[in-house]
Amino acid sequence: MNRVANPNRPCFSRRRLLAGTAGGALALAAPAVLRAQPAPIKIGLLHPVTGFLAFSGQQCREGALMAIEAINAAGGIRSLGGAKLEPVLGDAQSKPEVGAAEVEKMNEAGVAAIIGAYSSAISLATTQSAARYGIPHIVDVGVSDQIVQRGLSNTFRFCPGYGVIAQIAIDNLVALNDAAGKPARTVAIVHEESLFGTGTAQLLQKELPARGFEVVEVAKHANPTRDFTNVVLKLKALAPDIVIPANYYNEYVLLARTMRQQGVRPKAIYSVLGGAASSFKFVKEFPDDAAYIMDCNHWYDPRKAAALELRRKVEARGLFYTYEVFLAHEAVRLLADALERAGSASRERIVEALATSRWDGHFMPYGPTRFVNGQNEGARPVNTQVLNGTIEVIFPAEFASARPVFPMPRV
Amino acid sequence: MLEPSILTASLVHGLANGAVYALVALGLSLVYGVLHIINFAHGALLMAALYAVYFLVDRAGLDPYAAIPILVPGAGAAGYVLHRWVVAKASRGREEAVLLVTLGIALVLENLALALFRSDTRTIETGWAFTMVPLGPALVPAAKLAAAAGALLAVALLWALVRATDLGRAIRAVAKDREAARLVGIDVEHVFALAFAIGTATLGAAACLLLPTYYVSPQVGHGFVLIAFTIVVLGGMGSFWGAFWGGLLIGVVESLGGLFLGESLGQIGIFAIFIATLLFRPTGLFGRAV
Repeated sequence: MNRVANPNRPCFSRRRLLAGTAGGALALAAPAVLRAQPAPIKIGLLHPVTGFLAFSGQQCREGALMAIEAINAAGGIRSLGGAKLEPVLGDAQSKPEVGAAEVEKMNEAGVAAIIGAYSSAISLATTQSAARYGIPHIVDVGVSDQIVQRGLSNTFRFCPGYGVIAQIAIDNLVALNDAAGKPARTVAIVHEESLFGTGTAQLLQKELPARGFEVVEVAKHANPTRDFTNVVLKLKALAPDIVIPANYYNEYVLLARTMRQQGVRPKAIYSVLGGAASSFKFVKEFPDDAAYIMDCNHWYDPRKAAALELRRKVEARGLFYTYEVFLAHEAVRLLADALERAGSASRERIVEALATSRWDGHFMPYGPTRFVNGQNEGARPVNTQVLNGTIEVIFPAEFASARPVFPMPRV
Repeated sequence: MLEPSILTASLVHGLANGAVYALVALGLSLVYGVLHIINFAHGALLMAALYAVYFLVDRAGLDPYAAIPILVPGAGAAGYVLHRWVVAKASRGREEAVLLVTLGIALVLENLALALFRSDTRTIETGWAFTMVPLGPALVPAAKLAAAAGALLAVALLWALVRATDLGRAIRAVAKDREAARLVGIDVEHVFALAFAIGTATLGAAACLLLPTYYVSPQVGHGFVLIAFTIVVLGGMGSFWGAFWGGLLIGVVESLGGLFLGESLGQIGIFAIFIATLLFRPTGLFGRAV
C-alpha cells in the first residue's frame, strides 16, 4: 500500500528543517550584530517651532535634520565606530522659559550636546540651563553678544554676533554712501522689542552718529505686530534717507509692505539682520516689496560647492534656503567634527574638542573656526541686495555677485 | 508729525479699528445688559470664530467676507447651545456661578486651540489686502474701510433688532424685569440664550471683518477682551450707544497714542481712560446711575 502524502499535513524534510533552523539561528544572532553597532549619539535640536517664530524655528530644525541625515548616510562618526547621530527634538514655543524647560527634558533624555535655539532671548536661557549639566550647546543663530559674554564654558557660537555685524554693516553703509556721493544723512531704525532687536538698535544708535549719520527715529514694536500703519506714518513724516529694520520675518514683511503701501520710499532700506531682507521666501512671495532692499546678515560663501549643493537639496524638498537652514546645518557639522576629534560622546570631551576646534570644512565665509570665550572669531556677515528678483551679494568684494544699486530708483 | 496727511491717516485708521472694537464690545454689552453676567468667554469665542474664518479661507478657499453668511448664524447657533445647555445648566441660575462658568469655557477653548492648532500666529493672504484707497490727504487700506463699513452695518442691524422686533422687545423686557417678563408669557430661558447667541453672532461678523488685516492665535482674544471691557465700562455697562461711541473713541486713542508715543507705549491711553472712568464717572458716559 502506497502512502499518499497528505498535502495538509506538515511534512518535515531534512532540508527544510536545516533551512528553518539556520534561519532561526540567524534571527537569534541578529541582535548580537546590532549590539556590536555603537550606541547612537543623542543630539538635542531645540528650536521655536511653534509660536511667532515658528517659521524660522522650523527652518532651523530642517537644516539640522538634513545635516544629521547626511552625516549618518556617510557612515556616522568614524572615530566612534560609525556611531549614528540621533536627533532629540525640542520646541521652545518662542518663549525663553519654555526653552529652558526643554533643556531639562533633553538632559533627562541623555543628549550629548544641544544645538539651538534661533532667537537671542531663547538661546540666552537654554545655554544657561545647559551649563548647569555641562551639556555642550552650539548656538546656531542667536546674535546677542551677551550669549558668549557670561563665561559659560559649554556655550559655542558659530555665527557672528550683532557687535561684529553692526560694525561691518556700518562700515559697508559708509562705503556705499561715500561711493554714491553721500546722498544719505538721516537714518530711522525700526526694531523688535526683544534682546536681538533692542541690542542691535542700541549699537547702531551709538555708532551711526560717529560716522556722520543722524538717527532721527528709533521705533520699537512688539512681536507679533499685525499693523505697522503708525510706525510707517511716522516714517513718512520724518522722511529719513535710510530706514534700518532689525526684526523677525513676519514683521519685516509687513513693515516693507506697509511702507510701499503708504508711499514711503527712502533712498535705501538697509537692514541689519533683517528677518526677511535676504530671504528667498520674501523675494518670491512679494518681489515688488522686496526689490532693492539691502541687508547685512548671515550668508553662505557662494564660491563653495557644498553651499550650492545644499541649496539644491533644500529647494528640492520644497523649502526656502534661508540663513536658518544653512546655519543650523553647519552647526550640526561643527558638532560632528568635534565628536570625530573627541572620539567620545562624553559632554566634557565634546566641550574640549569644540574649544580647540579649527574646522574649515564648512561653507560659510568664516575661515577655520577658532573659539575665544565660545565665540567663533572669524565669523562675518555678508551684505546682500535684492536685484532683478533674486538675492545678490554686494559686499565683501572677494565674492560679490553684483554692484549695489544705491540710492534705490524711484517708481 | 502734525501734517494733515499723517494725522488724517492715523485718525481714519483709529476710527476703522474703533468700529470693529465697538462691534465686539456691543456683543459683550448686550449679554451684560440682558443676563447681568460678565462674559469672560467673549475673547475666547472671538478666537474660535477667527479660527473658523481662517479655515474657511485657507482650506475652502472662501473670501473672508463671503464667510459672513456662514459665520454669523453658525456662531449664533453655537452661542445658543452654549448658553442653554452649558452656561445655564452649570450655573443653575446663580449669577456668580455664571461668571465662573464663562471663565471655564474660555480656559477650555483656549487650551483646546493650543492643543489643536499650536501657538502659531496665522494670517490669511487676500489679493486685495494691500489695496489702498485715497481718502482726502490720507491713504487707507481698503480692507480697513471694508471692516469699518461692515461693523457699522452690523451695529445698525443690531440696533434695529433690539428696537423694532418682537425679539428685541422681549430682550429689553427681560433685561428690565425678568419676573414681569415671565408673567406676560415670555420664555425667559429662551430669550437669555438668544441674547447670548446674538452676542456670539456679532463675534462671528467681527471675525470675518478682522481677519484680512489681523491674525489668529490661541491667545488673540486677550487683547480684545481687555479693550472690549474698557469700552463697556467707558460707555456705561449695558448701554448700546455707550459701547458704540466708546469703541470709536478707544480706537482713535489707541491710534494717536501709537503715533505720538510709539507702538509699545501707545496702548497706555486705553488703560488711562479705563482707570479715569472708574474713578470719576463709574456709570460711564451713557450709563445711568444705579
